[in-house]
Amino acid sequence: MPPLVSLAMFREMGALMTGIILSGRTGSAFAARIGSMKANDELNALQTMGVSPFDFIVLPRLLALVLLMPLLGFLASWAGVMGGFLMSVSFLGLTPATYVTQTAQSLDLANFLIGPVKSVVFGALIALIGCQQGMAAGASASSVGRAATSAVVQAITWIIVADALFAILMNLYGS
Amino acid sequence: MNGPTEQEKAAPEETPALAVESLTIGYGSKAIMAGIDFRLRRGEIFFILGGSGSGKSTLLKTLIGLIPPLKGKVSFFGQLFDGDDPRGQQALLQRTGVLYQGGALFSSMNLRENVALPLRIHTRLDEKTILALADYKLRLVELGMAGDRFPSEISGGMMKRAGLARALALDPEILFFDEPSAGLDPVTSHQLDETIRRLNHSLGTTVVVVSHELASIFALAERIVFLDAASRQQLEVGDPRTLRTDSPHATVREFLARGGDDSAKQEPPAVPA
Repeated sequence: MPPLVSLAMFREMGALMTGIILSGRTGSAFAARIGSMKANDELNALQTMGVSPFDFIVLPRLLALVLLMPLLGFLASWAGVMGGFLMSVSFLGLTPATYVTQTAQSLDLANFLIGPVKSVVFGALIALIGCQQGMAAGASASSVGRAATSAVVQAITWIIVADALFAILMNLYGS
Repeated sequence: MNGPTEQEKAAPEETPALAVESLTIGYGSKAIMAGIDFRLRRGEIFFILGGSGSGKSTLLKTLIGLIPPLKGKVSFFGQLFDGDDPRGQQALLQRTGVLYQGGALFSSMNLRENVALPLRIHTRLDEKTILALADYKLRLVELGMAGDRFPSEISGGMMKRAGLARALALDPEILFFDEPSAGLDPVTSHQLDETIRRLNHSLGTTVVVVSHELASIFALAERIVFLDAASRQQLEVGDPRTLRTDSPHATVREFLARGGDDSAKQEPPAVPA
Protein backbone atom coordinates (compact mmCIF):
# COMPACT_ATOMS: atom_id res chain seq x y z
CA MET A 1 0.00 0.00 0.00
CA PRO A 2 2.51 2.74 0.89
CA PRO A 3 4.60 2.30 -2.28
CA LEU A 4 1.46 2.25 -4.37
CA VAL A 5 0.27 5.55 -2.95
CA SER A 6 3.61 7.29 -3.09
CA LEU A 7 4.46 6.11 -6.61
CA ALA A 8 1.03 6.99 -7.93
CA MET A 9 1.15 10.39 -6.33
CA PHE A 10 4.68 11.32 -7.25
CA ARG A 11 4.78 9.86 -10.75
CA GLU A 12 1.24 10.53 -11.94
CA MET A 13 -1.44 12.05 -9.82
CA GLY A 14 0.36 15.00 -8.25
CA ALA A 15 1.36 16.63 -11.51
CA LEU A 16 -1.76 15.61 -13.39
CA MET A 17 -4.21 16.82 -10.77
CA THR A 18 -2.37 20.08 -10.27
CA GLY A 19 -2.27 20.53 -14.03
CA ILE A 20 -6.00 20.00 -14.41
CA ILE A 21 -6.82 22.28 -11.49
CA LEU A 22 -4.52 25.03 -12.74
CA SER A 23 -5.94 24.71 -16.26
CA GLY A 24 -9.34 25.47 -14.86
CA ARG A 25 -8.21 28.13 -12.48
CA THR A 26 -5.21 29.84 -14.03
CA GLY A 27 -5.30 28.99 -17.73
CA SER A 28 -8.83 30.31 -18.02
CA ALA A 29 -7.90 33.38 -15.98
CA PHE A 30 -5.00 34.12 -18.32
CA ALA A 31 -7.23 33.81 -21.37
CA ALA A 32 -9.96 35.97 -19.86
CA ARG A 33 -7.54 38.60 -18.61
CA ILE A 34 -5.61 38.86 -21.86
CA GLY A 35 -8.82 38.75 -23.88
CA SER A 36 -10.22 41.70 -21.95
CA MET A 37 -6.90 43.53 -22.28
CA LYS A 38 -7.23 43.05 -26.00
CA ALA A 39 -10.81 44.33 -26.02
CA ASN A 40 -9.60 47.41 -24.13
CA ASP A 41 -6.89 48.11 -26.75
CA GLU A 42 -4.16 47.40 -24.18
CA LEU A 43 -2.37 45.05 -26.55
CA ASN A 44 -2.51 47.70 -29.29
CA ALA A 45 -1.19 50.23 -26.81
CA LEU A 46 1.77 47.98 -26.04
CA GLN A 47 2.48 47.58 -29.71
CA THR A 48 2.43 51.30 -30.47
CA MET A 49 4.59 51.84 -27.38
CA GLY A 50 7.13 49.48 -28.86
CA VAL A 51 6.77 46.79 -26.20
CA SER A 52 6.59 43.23 -27.39
CA PRO A 53 3.38 41.66 -26.06
CA PHE A 54 5.35 38.43 -25.64
CA ASP A 55 7.79 40.01 -23.18
CA PHE A 56 5.12 41.92 -21.34
CA ILE A 57 2.22 39.46 -21.34
CA VAL A 58 3.36 35.92 -22.06
CA LEU A 59 6.81 35.65 -20.53
CA PRO A 60 5.92 36.59 -16.94
CA ARG A 61 2.96 34.19 -16.97
CA LEU A 62 5.02 31.42 -18.50
CA LEU A 63 7.75 31.86 -15.91
CA ALA A 64 5.25 31.98 -13.09
CA LEU A 65 3.65 28.68 -14.01
CA VAL A 66 6.87 26.92 -14.95
CA LEU A 67 8.35 27.83 -11.57
CA LEU A 68 5.28 27.26 -9.42
CA MET A 69 3.73 24.18 -10.98
CA PRO A 70 6.47 21.84 -9.69
CA LEU A 71 6.06 23.23 -6.19
CA LEU A 72 2.30 22.84 -6.27
CA GLY A 73 2.59 19.38 -7.78
CA PHE A 74 5.04 18.43 -5.06
CA LEU A 75 2.68 19.71 -2.42
CA ALA A 76 -0.18 17.76 -3.98
CA SER A 77 1.93 14.59 -3.97
CA TRP A 78 2.78 14.98 -0.31
CA ALA A 79 -0.84 15.66 0.52
CA GLY A 80 -1.70 12.40 -1.22
CA VAL A 81 0.95 10.51 0.70
CA MET A 82 -0.30 12.00 3.95
CA GLY A 83 -3.82 10.90 3.05
CA GLY A 84 -2.50 7.40 2.42
CA PHE A 85 -0.74 7.53 5.78
CA LEU A 86 -3.92 8.42 7.68
CA MET A 87 -5.90 5.79 5.83
CA SER A 88 -3.31 3.03 6.30
CA VAL A 89 -2.67 3.76 9.95
CA SER A 90 -6.29 4.19 11.02
CA PHE A 91 -8.04 1.57 8.90
CA LEU A 92 -5.49 -0.90 7.58
CA GLY A 93 -3.58 -1.38 10.80
CA LEU A 94 -0.14 -0.40 9.51
CA THR A 95 2.16 1.19 12.05
CA PRO A 96 3.25 4.71 11.23
CA ALA A 97 6.87 3.54 11.12
CA THR A 98 6.12 0.85 8.52
CA TYR A 99 4.31 3.32 6.31
CA VAL A 100 7.15 5.85 6.49
CA THR A 101 9.93 3.35 5.78
CA GLN A 102 8.07 1.70 2.93
CA THR A 103 7.28 5.07 1.42
CA ALA A 104 10.88 6.17 1.73
CA GLN A 105 12.12 2.96 0.10
CA SER A 106 9.78 3.26 -2.84
CA LEU A 107 10.86 6.78 -3.72
CA ASP A 108 14.21 6.73 -5.43
CA LEU A 109 15.51 9.85 -7.11
CA ALA A 110 13.99 9.02 -10.53
CA ASN A 111 10.50 8.58 -9.12
CA PHE A 112 10.95 11.69 -7.08
CA LEU A 113 11.91 13.79 -10.13
CA ILE A 114 9.38 12.57 -12.69
CA GLY A 115 6.56 14.59 -11.13
CA PRO A 116 8.36 17.95 -11.12
CA VAL A 117 9.58 17.42 -14.68
CA LYS A 118 6.06 16.73 -15.83
CA SER A 119 4.81 19.71 -13.84
CA VAL A 120 7.17 22.04 -15.67
CA VAL A 121 5.86 20.84 -19.01
CA PHE A 122 2.23 21.01 -17.90
CA GLY A 123 2.77 24.50 -16.50
CA ALA A 124 4.27 25.69 -19.78
CA LEU A 125 1.34 24.18 -21.70
CA ILE A 126 -1.25 25.87 -19.47
CA ALA A 127 0.46 29.26 -19.70
CA LEU A 128 1.08 29.18 -23.45
CA ILE A 129 -2.40 27.92 -24.31
CA GLY A 130 -4.06 30.41 -21.94
CA CYS A 131 -2.09 33.35 -23.40
CA GLN A 132 -2.59 32.21 -26.98
CA GLN A 133 -6.36 31.88 -26.52
CA GLY A 134 -6.53 35.30 -24.87
CA MET A 135 -4.61 36.97 -27.65
CA ALA A 136 -6.72 35.28 -30.31
CA ALA A 137 -9.97 36.36 -28.65
CA GLY A 138 -12.27 38.75 -30.46
CA ALA A 139 -13.25 42.13 -29.09
CA SER A 140 -16.64 41.18 -27.63
CA ALA A 141 -17.48 40.05 -24.12
CA SER A 142 -18.78 36.70 -25.35
CA SER A 143 -15.59 35.94 -27.25
CA VAL A 144 -13.60 36.54 -24.08
CA GLY A 145 -15.77 33.92 -22.37
CA ARG A 146 -15.27 31.55 -25.25
CA ALA A 147 -11.51 32.08 -25.10
CA ALA A 148 -11.50 31.18 -21.41
CA THR A 149 -13.49 28.02 -22.04
CA SER A 150 -11.36 26.81 -24.90
CA ALA A 151 -8.20 27.60 -22.92
CA VAL A 152 -9.36 25.12 -20.26
CA VAL A 153 -10.46 22.46 -22.72
CA GLN A 154 -7.30 22.68 -24.79
CA ALA A 155 -4.96 22.84 -21.82
CA ILE A 156 -6.49 19.72 -20.23
CA THR A 157 -6.43 17.87 -23.54
CA TRP A 158 -2.79 18.70 -24.15
CA ILE A 159 -1.85 17.85 -20.58
CA ILE A 160 -3.33 14.38 -21.03
CA VAL A 161 -1.55 14.01 -24.38
CA ALA A 162 1.73 15.11 -22.80
CA ASP A 163 1.18 12.74 -19.89
CA ALA A 164 0.67 9.88 -22.33
CA LEU A 165 3.88 10.82 -24.13
CA PHE A 166 5.71 10.81 -20.80
CA ALA A 167 4.34 7.34 -20.12
CA ILE A 168 5.62 6.11 -23.50
CA LEU A 169 9.03 7.71 -22.95
CA MET A 170 9.37 6.23 -19.51
CA ASN A 171 8.41 2.82 -20.79
CA LEU A 172 11.08 3.10 -23.48
CA TYR A 173 13.76 4.19 -21.05
CA GLY A 174 12.58 1.82 -18.37
CA SER A 175 12.39 4.11 -15.39
CA MET B 1 13.87 54.79 -50.80
CA ASN B 2 10.90 57.07 -51.14
CA GLY B 3 12.21 59.52 -48.60
CA PRO B 4 13.89 62.03 -50.92
CA THR B 5 10.95 62.34 -53.31
CA GLU B 6 8.73 62.87 -50.32
CA GLN B 7 10.80 65.74 -49.10
CA GLU B 8 11.11 67.30 -52.56
CA LYS B 9 7.36 67.35 -52.94
CA ALA B 10 6.91 68.96 -49.58
CA ALA B 11 9.88 71.29 -49.96
CA PRO B 12 8.02 74.40 -51.18
CA GLU B 13 6.06 74.51 -47.93
CA GLU B 14 7.14 73.05 -44.65
CA THR B 15 7.32 69.29 -44.28
CA PRO B 16 3.85 68.04 -43.35
CA ALA B 17 3.53 66.47 -39.92
CA LEU B 18 1.61 63.64 -41.51
CA ALA B 19 1.13 62.91 -45.19
CA VAL B 20 -1.25 60.26 -46.48
CA GLU B 21 -1.00 59.51 -50.17
CA SER B 22 -3.53 57.52 -52.21
CA LEU B 23 -3.97 55.13 -49.31
CA THR B 24 -6.13 52.02 -49.50
CA ILE B 25 -7.04 50.57 -46.13
CA GLY B 26 -8.62 47.31 -45.11
CA TYR B 27 -7.98 43.91 -43.62
CA GLY B 28 -6.23 41.17 -45.54
CA SER B 29 -7.36 41.50 -49.13
CA LYS B 30 -10.63 43.22 -48.25
CA ALA B 31 -10.37 46.95 -48.98
CA ILE B 32 -12.65 49.16 -46.92
CA MET B 33 -11.71 52.57 -48.30
CA ALA B 34 -9.50 53.68 -51.16
CA GLY B 35 -7.88 56.87 -52.39
CA ILE B 36 -7.37 58.54 -49.03
CA ASP B 37 -5.13 61.53 -49.49
CA PHE B 38 -4.38 64.44 -47.15
CA ARG B 39 -1.56 66.36 -45.51
CA LEU B 40 -1.42 67.82 -42.04
CA ARG B 41 0.31 71.05 -41.14
CA ARG B 42 2.27 71.00 -37.93
CA GLY B 43 0.16 72.18 -35.03
CA GLU B 44 -3.09 71.54 -36.82
CA ILE B 45 -6.20 69.93 -35.29
CA PHE B 46 -7.56 67.52 -37.84
CA PHE B 47 -10.66 65.33 -37.61
CA ILE B 48 -11.35 62.07 -39.40
CA LEU B 49 -15.11 61.85 -39.98
CA GLY B 50 -17.45 59.36 -41.48
CA GLY B 51 -20.49 57.31 -40.65
CA SER B 52 -20.37 53.96 -38.90
CA GLY B 53 -18.51 51.36 -40.93
CA SER B 54 -16.75 53.94 -43.07
CA GLY B 55 -13.34 52.81 -41.88
CA LYS B 56 -12.44 55.67 -39.56
CA SER B 57 -10.97 53.35 -36.96
CA THR B 58 -9.27 51.25 -39.63
CA LEU B 59 -7.66 54.40 -41.00
CA LEU B 60 -6.43 55.27 -37.52
CA LYS B 61 -5.04 51.77 -37.03
CA THR B 62 -3.25 52.06 -40.36
CA LEU B 63 -1.79 55.44 -39.44
CA ILE B 64 -0.31 54.08 -36.21
CA GLY B 65 1.01 50.92 -37.80
CA LEU B 66 -1.32 48.37 -36.21
CA ILE B 67 -2.42 47.13 -39.61
CA PRO B 68 -0.48 47.55 -42.84
CA PRO B 69 -1.89 49.70 -45.64
CA LEU B 70 -3.10 47.75 -48.67
CA LYS B 71 -1.82 50.42 -51.04
CA GLY B 72 -0.37 53.91 -50.90
CA LYS B 73 1.85 55.39 -48.25
CA VAL B 74 1.92 57.23 -44.97
CA SER B 75 4.75 59.48 -43.89
CA PHE B 76 5.48 61.42 -40.73
CA PHE B 77 7.63 64.56 -40.85
CA GLY B 78 8.68 63.67 -44.37
CA GLN B 79 9.86 60.19 -43.41
CA LEU B 80 8.11 57.16 -44.84
CA PHE B 81 6.20 55.12 -42.25
CA ASP B 82 6.93 51.69 -43.56
CA GLY B 83 5.93 48.34 -42.07
CA ASP B 84 8.89 46.66 -43.78
CA ASP B 85 11.21 48.72 -41.60
CA PRO B 86 10.02 47.98 -38.05
CA ARG B 87 12.86 49.89 -36.45
CA GLY B 88 12.20 53.07 -38.43
CA GLN B 89 8.49 52.67 -37.87
CA GLN B 90 9.02 52.34 -34.13
CA ALA B 91 11.27 55.42 -34.11
CA LEU B 92 8.49 57.43 -35.76
CA LEU B 93 5.88 55.98 -33.42
CA GLN B 94 7.88 57.30 -30.48
CA ARG B 95 7.23 60.78 -31.79
CA THR B 96 3.49 60.12 -31.67
CA GLY B 97 1.04 59.38 -28.88
CA VAL B 98 -2.26 57.55 -29.05
CA LEU B 99 -5.28 57.87 -26.80
CA TYR B 100 -7.36 54.74 -27.33
CA GLN B 101 -11.10 54.73 -26.93
CA GLY B 102 -11.23 53.29 -23.41
CA GLY B 103 -7.89 54.76 -22.37
CA ALA B 104 -6.22 51.34 -22.68
CA LEU B 105 -4.60 51.72 -19.27
CA PHE B 106 -2.83 48.67 -17.90
CA SER B 107 -5.05 47.52 -15.08
CA SER B 108 -2.24 45.98 -13.06
CA MET B 109 -0.48 49.34 -12.68
CA ASN B 110 -1.51 52.53 -10.96
CA LEU B 111 -1.82 55.69 -13.03
CA ARG B 112 1.70 56.91 -12.26
CA GLU B 113 3.20 53.59 -13.36
CA ASN B 114 1.07 53.61 -16.50
CA VAL B 115 2.41 57.01 -17.48
CA ALA B 116 5.94 56.03 -16.48
CA LEU B 117 5.98 52.91 -18.65
CA PRO B 118 6.88 54.56 -21.99
CA LEU B 119 9.59 56.53 -20.18
CA ARG B 120 11.01 53.36 -18.67
CA ILE B 121 11.11 51.69 -22.05
CA HIS B 122 12.41 54.47 -24.23
CA THR B 123 14.53 56.67 -21.99
CA ARG B 124 17.51 56.13 -19.72
CA LEU B 125 16.29 58.51 -17.07
CA ASP B 126 16.70 57.55 -13.45
CA GLU B 127 13.78 56.33 -11.37
CA LYS B 128 13.27 59.64 -9.56
CA THR B 129 13.10 61.68 -12.77
CA ILE B 130 10.75 59.19 -14.40
CA LEU B 131 8.30 59.34 -11.50
CA ALA B 132 8.54 63.13 -11.35
CA LEU B 133 7.85 63.34 -15.09
CA ALA B 134 4.92 60.95 -14.78
CA ASP B 135 3.43 63.10 -12.03
CA TYR B 136 3.98 66.19 -14.15
CA LYS B 137 2.12 64.61 -17.10
CA LEU B 138 -0.71 63.63 -14.78
CA ARG B 139 -0.92 67.25 -13.58
CA LEU B 140 -1.14 68.37 -17.21
CA VAL B 141 -4.43 66.48 -17.51
CA GLU B 142 -5.56 67.52 -14.01
CA LEU B 143 -4.97 64.15 -12.42
CA GLY B 144 -2.08 65.26 -10.22
CA MET B 145 -3.69 63.80 -7.11
CA ALA B 146 -4.62 60.45 -8.63
CA GLY B 147 -1.20 58.94 -9.36
CA ASP B 148 -1.62 56.19 -6.77
CA ARG B 149 -5.04 55.08 -7.96
CA PHE B 150 -5.66 52.09 -10.18
CA PRO B 151 -7.65 52.18 -13.43
CA SER B 152 -10.46 50.17 -11.85
CA GLU B 153 -10.92 52.86 -9.21
CA ILE B 154 -11.50 55.83 -11.50
CA SER B 155 -14.24 57.06 -13.82
CA GLY B 156 -14.33 56.75 -17.60
CA GLY B 157 -13.45 60.40 -18.06
CA MET B 158 -10.47 60.08 -15.74
CA MET B 159 -9.33 56.96 -17.59
CA LYS B 160 -9.27 58.89 -20.83
CA ARG B 161 -7.32 61.72 -19.23
CA ALA B 162 -4.88 59.25 -17.72
CA GLY B 163 -4.54 57.60 -21.12
CA LEU B 164 -3.84 61.04 -22.51
CA ALA B 165 -1.16 61.62 -19.89
CA ARG B 166 0.46 58.35 -20.95
CA ALA B 167 0.21 59.35 -24.62
CA LEU B 168 1.99 62.58 -23.67
CA ALA B 169 4.77 60.79 -21.80
CA LEU B 170 7.37 61.04 -24.54
CA ASP B 171 6.38 64.59 -25.60
CA PRO B 172 4.84 63.50 -28.91
CA GLU B 173 4.67 65.79 -31.92
CA ILE B 174 1.44 64.17 -33.09
CA LEU B 175 -1.39 62.95 -30.90
CA PHE B 176 -4.03 60.54 -32.14
CA PHE B 177 -7.42 60.29 -30.47
CA ASP B 178 -9.79 57.40 -31.09
CA GLU B 179 -13.36 58.58 -30.41
CA PRO B 180 -12.45 60.70 -27.39
CA SER B 181 -16.08 61.52 -26.59
CA ALA B 182 -17.33 57.93 -26.75
CA GLY B 183 -18.90 56.92 -23.45
CA LEU B 184 -18.57 60.37 -21.89
CA ASP B 185 -21.38 62.67 -20.87
CA PRO B 186 -21.51 66.03 -22.71
CA VAL B 187 -19.87 67.97 -19.89
CA THR B 188 -16.95 65.56 -19.45
CA SER B 189 -16.62 65.32 -23.19
CA HIS B 190 -16.45 69.11 -23.41
CA GLN B 191 -13.77 69.18 -20.71
CA LEU B 192 -11.72 66.66 -22.65
CA ASP B 193 -12.07 68.82 -25.77
CA GLU B 194 -10.81 71.78 -23.78
CA THR B 195 -7.85 69.74 -22.58
CA ILE B 196 -7.06 68.78 -26.18
CA ARG B 197 -7.27 72.41 -27.27
CA ARG B 198 -5.09 73.54 -24.39
CA LEU B 199 -2.40 70.96 -25.17
CA ASN B 200 -2.50 71.90 -28.84
CA HIS B 201 -2.06 75.57 -27.95
CA SER B 202 0.59 75.25 -25.30
CA LEU B 203 2.66 72.40 -26.70
CA GLY B 204 2.02 72.94 -30.40
CA THR B 205 1.14 69.27 -30.77
CA THR B 206 -0.51 68.23 -34.03
CA VAL B 207 -3.79 66.52 -33.21
CA VAL B 208 -5.65 63.88 -35.22
CA VAL B 209 -9.08 62.91 -33.90
CA VAL B 210 -11.37 60.14 -35.07
CA SER B 211 -14.86 61.17 -34.07
CA HIS B 212 -18.41 61.68 -35.14
CA GLU B 213 -19.24 63.97 -32.25
CA LEU B 214 -20.34 67.14 -34.03
CA ALA B 215 -19.99 69.35 -30.98
CA SER B 216 -16.30 68.44 -30.78
CA ILE B 217 -15.81 68.82 -34.50
CA PHE B 218 -17.05 72.40 -34.60
CA ALA B 219 -15.33 73.27 -31.35
CA LEU B 220 -11.91 71.97 -32.32
CA ALA B 221 -11.40 70.97 -35.94
CA GLU B 222 -9.47 73.23 -38.24
CA ARG B 223 -9.91 70.78 -41.07
CA ILE B 224 -11.60 67.44 -41.53
CA VAL B 225 -11.46 64.52 -43.90
CA PHE B 226 -14.78 62.89 -44.65
CA LEU B 227 -14.85 59.17 -45.41
CA ASP B 228 -17.96 57.94 -47.18
CA ALA B 229 -19.03 54.37 -46.47
CA ALA B 230 -21.28 54.14 -49.54
CA SER B 231 -18.72 55.11 -52.18
CA ARG B 232 -15.75 53.78 -50.16
CA GLN B 233 -13.91 56.99 -50.86
CA GLN B 234 -12.80 60.14 -49.20
CA LEU B 235 -15.26 62.85 -50.24
CA GLU B 236 -13.82 66.03 -48.78
CA VAL B 237 -10.87 67.56 -46.99
CA GLY B 238 -11.37 71.02 -45.59
CA ASP B 239 -12.83 73.36 -43.01
CA PRO B 240 -16.01 71.83 -41.55
CA ARG B 241 -17.70 75.25 -41.23
CA THR B 242 -17.33 75.91 -44.95
CA LEU B 243 -18.10 72.34 -45.95
CA ARG B 244 -21.33 72.36 -43.98
CA THR B 245 -22.87 74.76 -46.49
CA ASP B 246 -20.57 74.63 -49.51
CA SER B 247 -19.68 70.99 -50.03
CA PRO B 248 -20.89 69.66 -53.38
CA HIS B 249 -21.62 66.35 -51.67
CA ALA B 250 -25.03 66.10 -50.04
CA THR B 251 -23.75 63.39 -47.65
CA VAL B 252 -21.12 65.73 -46.24
CA ARG B 253 -23.51 68.68 -45.93
CA GLU B 254 -26.10 66.50 -44.21
CA PHE B 255 -23.58 64.96 -41.83
CA LEU B 256 -22.23 68.33 -40.80
CA ALA B 257 -25.53 70.23 -40.88
CA ARG B 258 -27.03 67.97 -38.24
CA GLY B 259 -24.55 69.85 -36.12
CA GLY B 260 -26.90 72.83 -36.11
CA ASP B 261 -29.71 70.78 -34.60
CA ASP B 262 -27.44 68.78 -32.34
CA SER B 263 -25.56 71.67 -30.84
CA ALA B 264 -28.86 73.45 -30.27
CA LYS B 265 -30.09 70.38 -28.44
CA GLN B 266 -26.97 70.23 -26.33
CA GLU B 267 -26.97 73.95 -25.60
CA PRO B 268 -28.83 73.94 -22.25
CA PRO B 269 -26.19 73.31 -19.59
CA ALA B 270 -26.38 69.74 -18.36
CA VAL B 271 -26.96 69.07 -14.70
CA PRO B 272 -23.56 68.74 -13.02
CA ALA B 273 -22.73 65.07 -12.50
